[in-house]
Amino acid sequence: MDTEITLRVDGADHRLTVDTRTTLLDALRERLGNTSPKKGCDHGQCGACTVLLDGRRANSCLALAVAHDGAEIVTADGLAVDGQLHPVQRSFIEHDAFQCGYCTPGQIVSAVALLDEAAAGWPSAVTFDRPDGAPDTGPIDVAGEPDEIQERMSGNLCRCAAYANMVPAIQEVARS
Amino acid sequence: MRPFRYERATDPAGAVALLARSPQAAFLGGGTNLVDLMKLDVARPDLLVDLRGVTSRTIEELPDGGVRVGAGVSNSDLAADPLIRRRCPVVAQAVLGGASTQLRNLATVGGNLLQRTRCGYFQDVSTACNKREPGTGCSAIEGHNRDLAVLGSSPDCIATHPSDLAVALVAVDAAVRTVGPDGSRVIPLTELHRLPGSDPQHDNVLAHGELITAVDLPPLPFAANSRYRKIRDRASYAFALVSVAAAVDLVDGQVRDVRIALGGVAHKPWRATRAEDLLRGGPLTEQRLRRAAEAELVDARPQSDNAFKVPLARNAIVRTLLDLAGE
Ligand SMILES: Cc1cc2nc3c(=O)[nH]c(=O)nc-3n(C[C@H](O)[C@H](O)[C@H](O)COP(=O)(O)OP(=O)(O)OC[C@H]3O[C@@H](n4cnc5c(N)ncnc54)[C@H](O)[C@@H]3O)c2cc1C
Ligand code: FES
Ligand code: FES
Repeated sequence: MDTEITLRVDGADHRLTVDTRTTLLDALRERLGNTSPKKGCDHGQCGACTVLLDGRRANSCLALAVAHDGAEIVTADGLAVDGQLHPVQRSFIEHDAFQCGYCTPGQIVSAVALLDEAAAGWPSAVTFDRPDGAPDTGPIDVAGEPDEIQERMSGNLCRCAAYANMVPAIQEVARS
Repeated sequence: MRPFRYERATDPAGAVALLARSPQAAFLGGGTNLVDLMKLDVARPDLLVDLRGVTSRTIEELPDGGVRVGAGVSNSDLAADPLIRRRCPVVAQAVLGGASTQLRNLATVGGNLLQRTRCGYFQDVSTACNKREPGTGCSAIEGHNRDLAVLGSSPDCIATHPSDLAVALVAVDAAVRTVGPDGSRVIPLTELHRLPGSDPQHDNVLAHGELITAVDLPPLPFAANSRYRKIRDRASYAFALVSVAAAVDLVDGQVRDVRIALGGVAHKPWRATRAEDLLRGGPLTEQRLRRAAEAELVDARPQSDNAFKVPLARNAIVRTLLDLAGE
């Protein structure tokens, strides 16, 4: 069943006709040629397809495109502005935080969102175990807390297990 | 995936009416469970009615001191809400203990409560499953059953309910508000989900087209002293083998009141009323906790691979309540 939708992707508007079954991931990759979100599992389990959907990270493989008509999407590709890499992208390169790179666009989008979420005061499952408990307002410091970063990145799997360098890469951006 | 039509409604009555006309239609929340099951050909709706703009996305304080959570609130917003974190930390902890941030951003409160079992046979259409196809048999009983139920199961189904949020809500006496073809009603969370019996195709008591509009948390001051403990095969991002939601009201070392619920052990979130009754009116010692937990679990009937869940549940109850008592 075909439906016409509009999507704003990495700053550009697109009008496209999709079958109701089309996921955002397939719309981005197959219809708009934006291959930075990757298809790993296609079932919400690996995070390779993570994009910012109206400002929040989401698994684009489980989001139906018709249900997100009019949405604003940012992919890893759109994080760089005027050819300048996003600080998280730079930090991943500097820390050698990937191996094959397949999971990397999803990891980077997740890390960018993580920093915003912590600044907005969103707790994680491990925040409650911290000696200061879960403060119920105000930003949450994650820069000095590898546990927080690991927990908040747990929705992004890396088949190469390049996790060890991702945590310091994210900590460094959190500190600055 | 099979073809389907997609429609939007502007209000709950409109959404309910759309479903009432189509026996194969389904509501669409965040889609994180439904779309997954459609890809697996387990769910086969011919019409999806999107609940965006239909169910409320607000969390509000009620005049009686309770809190009302709209069914359209995202799992992330629920867990980050200051009122929820102060009044009912167990709810925020349970939500954050489940799935991942990118899933919780899409997932809604209503959809979370109605997510379907993660039993591998239910998700695999090449196998027999009474929940998916009534009358075909249960592959899990003689198969891989390590993750499955130890309490309240039947010869027809040993699936567990996967929601962490539902376990916390059962513990704090929450209720869901619904609107359906036959009007509206309020259902205590303890009665929303059911045991499998001989008709495991029904996870819960809702009628076709009955919409959850909100979850009400009653005023329960001691829920401020509550906690969720989830035990799983890895440190994060896995479903519970066993989980415990608990809240306790301790006065001079005596248990004035207590709430305990278990996840990962049954077809529904398991409210441990027997253990609660045994604990009220005495001190919160390890010995009394152990005895209360064992009494709750006497009827456990483990399968070939999941007997470990019984002592695990007992120990999790003891540890969670001792943590709450600060010991
Ligand atoms: C990889 C992965 C890991 C996960 N881990 C966990 C975990 O550890 N713990 C956990 O608890 N959950 C976990 N989940 C499940 C997740 O929490 C659920 O998928 C999510 O909460 C469902 O919400 P939704 O809004 O996306 O529901 P949908 O998929 O949109 O809907 C689910 C069901 O509810 C119905 N429905 C939705 N809203 C309403 C309403 N208001 N009234 C009536 N019916 C409604 C739909 O018709 C459908 O049948 C995981 C999911 C994935 C994919
Ligand atoms: S492809 Fe979406 S989570 Fe794996
Ligand atoms: S770098 Fe290869 S999957 Fe992560």
